[in-house]
Amino acid sequence: MRKSKAEAEQKQIFFGEPLLYLLPFLIGLLIFTVYPFLNALLISFKENYNLMTGAFTGFGWGSYSRIFSDANFINGLKNTALYVLIVVPVSTVLSLLAASLLNQKVKLSGLFQTAYFVPMVTSVVAVGLVWKWMFNYDYGLLNYFLSFFGLAKINWLNNPAYNLPALIIFGIWNKMPLTIILLLAGYQNINPQYYVAARVDGAKPRNIFFRITLPLLAPTIGLTLVVNTISSSMVFMELFPLFNGNPGSAYSLYTIVYYLYDMFYNQWRLGLAAASAVVLFLIVMVLTIIQLYIQRNWQNY
Amino acid sequence: MKTFRLILIYCLLIIGGLIMAFPFFWMFISSLKTAAEVNTTPPTFWPQRLMFENYVYAFSKAPFLTYFKNSLIVVGSSVSLTMLTTILAAFAFSRLKFPGRDFIFSASVGMMMVPFEMLIITNYTTIVKIGLMDTLTDLILPFTSSIFYTYILRNFFFSVPDSIYWSARVDGATNWRYLWRIMVPMAKPALATIALLNAIVSWNSFLWPLIATNTTAKRTLPFGLYAFMSASGIRYERLMAAATIVVVPMIILFILFRRYIVEGVSRGGLKG
Repeated sequence: MRKSKAEAEQKQIFFGEPLLYLLPFLIGLLIFTVYPFLNALLISFKENYNLMTGAFTGFGWGSYSRIFSDANFINGLKNTALYVLIVVPVSTVLSLLAASLLNQKVKLSGLFQTAYFVPMVTSVVAVGLVWKWMFNYDYGLLNYFLSFFGLAKINWLNNPAYNLPALIIFGIWNKMPLTIILLLAGYQNINPQYYVAARVDGAKPRNIFFRITLPLLAPTIGLTLVVNTISSSMVFMELFPLFNGNPGSAYSLYTIVYYLYDMFYNQWRLGLAAASAVVLFLIVMVLTIIQLYIQRNWQNY
Repeated sequence: MKTFRLILIYCLLIIGGLIMAFPFFWMFISSLKTAAEVNTTPPTFWPQRLMFENYVYAFSKAPFLTYFKNSLIVVGSSVSLTMLTTILAAFAFSRLKFPGRDFIFSASVGMMMVPFEMLIITNYTTIVKIGLMDTLTDLILPFTSSIFYTYILRNFFFSVPDSIYWSARVDGATNWRYLWRIMVPMAKPALATIALLNAIVSWNSFLWPLIATNTTAKRTLPFGLYAFMSASGIRYERLMAAATIVVVPMIILFILFRRYIVEGVSRGGLKG
């Protein structure tokens, strides 16, 4: 196609100028994102890599075979998978309920929104400390509530069997605000005429929810599932307030990112850290492709 | 029937809201209790005596004022620098025409998939090599280019009609003038949203300060709080006072700018 005269002229005028606008952004991106990304890929294939001197003995799959035979990494994959498989569906169902309530025309909706959304903007370390306090064996609130139902106290944070459940409960609470916001946005995109038509036809509220709301909300629900799966796969920071920076009370609660951090920061085994980072990246990449697919093909509004 | 339904909705909303917000209430209430009252069964839901001394203790035993100041400096600088790079890049990606524009943009957007955790290994070496280890600068520099915000702002700039641009150009405005005199004022709501999301993420940042700082003088609040927990042992009334110091600014920010924040988050969550 022949370019229009105005376009050709525009190109001429601007030649050279775009770089000046892009430079500040590109410099930061290249130094702190692109280069470290490629370098992590490279390090994961270097044998006996020394971070500071840059020395290494050869290329190979050594780091990958080592992490996949490392019980801690396997433990991390397993815990992360369990965490995702419980936190994501449970927080989605609860958020769906909360979003359908918040979507009603009620008074004081600002106050309600603040109450529901505030966990999203507050530091995980700070709110993690409150949860640590509520999970406390002797004086924690959760055990106090359990006693109402005649249940025995649970040693959430010091009995390794209950470490993951504690992390999951904290995670569900923490993931809900974002999920509710995304679902609310989905609700508001549903054309109100569907409801008018349904009411004219005398449909029951239950049928309206399952026949109209849920199908129309399906793309948004799919989107929140993927977004939450990605963010839950990176569970890590929560371990710091709850378990004093250890992976659970018996070192049995590794997660993928905790393993990465441990290999890098504590053990200084860079090859293994980089290899686990690449595994994390591949997981995120696959999930992101699914997310893009949903956004492209399912958006019906 | 209708009133019954409405009462049910309010009841459920209130119960849900209480559960979601309860940890913050509990944080604050516990921070005002005495050590003896914190460790009593059954727990009290209102302190018998308001112990503001817990806050005094937190401020005197750990340099929370320094942490607070560091957090403000880091958030302030990283938000302003990010805004600058974002505005310039979004303008180039949306308005200027140059070879490879769409390729550079798509490649940048593709990099959004890379988790920050993957970058810490090399970024750590980089800041050590350029001699910035344990400085506030190293907490700011890696975060000045945000693909996510550039993407949002570019989309906003795209929605501005071409005719405005061409009439400004005809009137003799340069690109630079057009950007700062017309585009930026028009984009104020989008810019506010981006700045707020960025401020929240930056304020709560924990992993990078944990790795890139090692002295008390350079800590920001979340890491300072974690260090306070490790150093001063588990005294919940004091820990809750310190945690309150960390969360209150963000709660205030949220209450003041709820609409902008919710609107921004609904476009793809909180990202750096």
